[in-house]
Amino acid sequence: MRRSPALRRIIPTIAVGALVLAACGSDDDSADTADDTTAPADTTGSTDASGDAGCSATIEDGVLTIATGEPAFFPWVLDDTPESGEGFEAAVAYAVAAEMGYEADAVTWTRTTFDEAIQPGAKSFDMNLQQYSITPERAENIDFSLPYFTANQAIVALEGSSAEGATTVAELKDVKFGAQVGTTSLDFITDVIQPTEDPFVYDDNVGAKAALEANQIDAAVFDLPTALYVSGVEIEGSTVTGQFPADAGGTTDQFGFVLEKDSPLTACVDAAITTLNDNGELDAITQEWLADFTGAPVITVE
Amino acid sequence: MSDRPSRRERYERARRRRSVVIATVSTIVVVAALVILIPLTPGWERVRQAFFDGDVFVDTFPGLLEAFWLDVQILLWSTPFILIVSLLVALARNTRSPALFPLRAFAVIYTDVLRGIPVILLVFLIGFGVPALGLSREWSNPLIWGSVTLVLSYSAYTAEIIRAGIDAVHESQRAGARSLGMTSSQTMRSIVLPQAFRKIVPPLMNTFVSLQKDVALVSLIGPVEILRQAGIDKATYANFTPYVAASLIFLALTIPCTRLADWALARQRARTGATTIA
Repeated sequence: MRRSPALRRIIPTIAVGALVLAACGSDDDSADTADDTTAPADTTGSTDASGDAGCSATIEDGVLTIATGEPAFFPWVLDDTPESGEGFEAAVAYAVAAEMGYEADAVTWTRTTFDEAIQPGAKSFDMNLQQYSITPERAENIDFSLPYFTANQAIVALEGSSAEGATTVAELKDVKFGAQVGTTSLDFITDVIQPTEDPFVYDDNVGAKAALEANQIDAAVFDLPTALYVSGVEIEGSTVTGQFPADAGGTTDQFGFVLEKDSPLTACVDAAITTLNDNGELDAITQEWLADFTGAPVITVE
Repeated sequence: MSDRPSRRERYERARRRRSVVIATVSTIVVVAALVILIPLTPGWERVRQAFFDGDVFVDTFPGLLEAFWLDVQILLWSTPFILIVSLLVALARNTRSPALFPLRAFAVIYTDVLRGIPVILLVFLIGFGVPALGLSREWSNPLIWGSVTLVLSYSAYTAEIIRAGIDAVHESQRAGARSLGMTSSQTMRSIVLPQAFRKIVPPLMNTFVSLQKDVALVSLIGPVEILRQAGIDKATYANFTPYVAASLIFLALTIPCTRLADWALARQRARTGATTIA
């Protein structure tokens, strides 16, 4: 007997729930068909290099919404203000936007985490740049533009570290490494360096820096511009003890814009990057913002 | 008592049968609605790809299970320390001698401060902060300081549970023990604590389940346990299936523990209920 009053309370809840679900279902059916009709147009768009038709398909009419990290780090964005166009990625974003037909005042910035950018569903941005390495696995869920930068991996260590003075990967086997989760740097440690001890992994570069200072790791691996910044500005007494050639161990680390899967804008962004590559503007931007960030001794892999 | 069911019993049986039928039908309707309607949503195909990718699941599951072993280890070596520290803090708070006021004050501050700071912040503060004082490599190990953090934070919670258990033992029990000539520490040891612990088994189990999940916070300062491994796999595949797999692994540990806690609670209720009637 004790059960039925409770049950009587539950049944209306279930009925309401079922109705709500049914309502959602029918709504979504119409959206579904809309999706189906646009999908083929997208695929033809991305194979078409000119892609002008897609350039206007932004989430807000006439405005290009670009996302970056929170906070955005030097030298990619200066002073965490991408709106200034200062810093490598901020400059690239404005150059690409201009090629796509969006002048600086038609560009708005938003911030996302890595997770947000690969979440299924609608995006809060048209394109996202925060040193996303292009990988085939990631490309299954999101669109990547053509690369706008190729980064070498580099090692940062404190003075007296066992990583100091290494010129080959073999000399790095007994080093305790740290890196940021989800980065090519971490893959590089596990796949190419293959140290005897498992690397420690952190949410961000700050964690790796703290671990260096706390004597929990011997060395951290970053992409070269970040490594030079970290050693030069952020961690006293640290140096970039070496960099690896870009194609070391078959892992090239190329940064691309992230867009929603099958976004009509992808072809447009690609076309813009191709143009900037061809007319030398991308090289000029790289020189302007990253020239100080390319010198360090090279470590050979074999 | 006759064997023939009374009218009342027959009526109640009929009502029970009806309840079972209604519960069954409504469950079937709800499950069917979910199974049929969710796949009709426009985003379902993407959600399925991003969260329930069979290939990614198969690829990542063994690595996640291996990483989970580190969680279990941290859990196993932290738990005894948590119990010891929390018992000491609870006892310190229960001292009654005026001379021991500083001890009581310390216990209050300990529980207030360590319970008041989110575990995630404590992990960073202690895990990076203490080793940065200049400890040797073996003593700066994040596993040590991560575990110390868990012990500090969870012993503060557990101390409060134990204190509540001690307070719940009726004062007459102490009075009786003291009147028999027991010292106050004997009273505590053989009269109060045994009764207190019986009362707090369910909340202790609850805290243990909570600890099982918070162990993953140690990954924030370096060690690759299951949450971190899932994060690495997620980034590698740009797919959330490893998180679903990790959740399943956590559930395989936490559900038996919560069932056990429920069982302990039900048993206690039955026992105390029985004494009330008697």
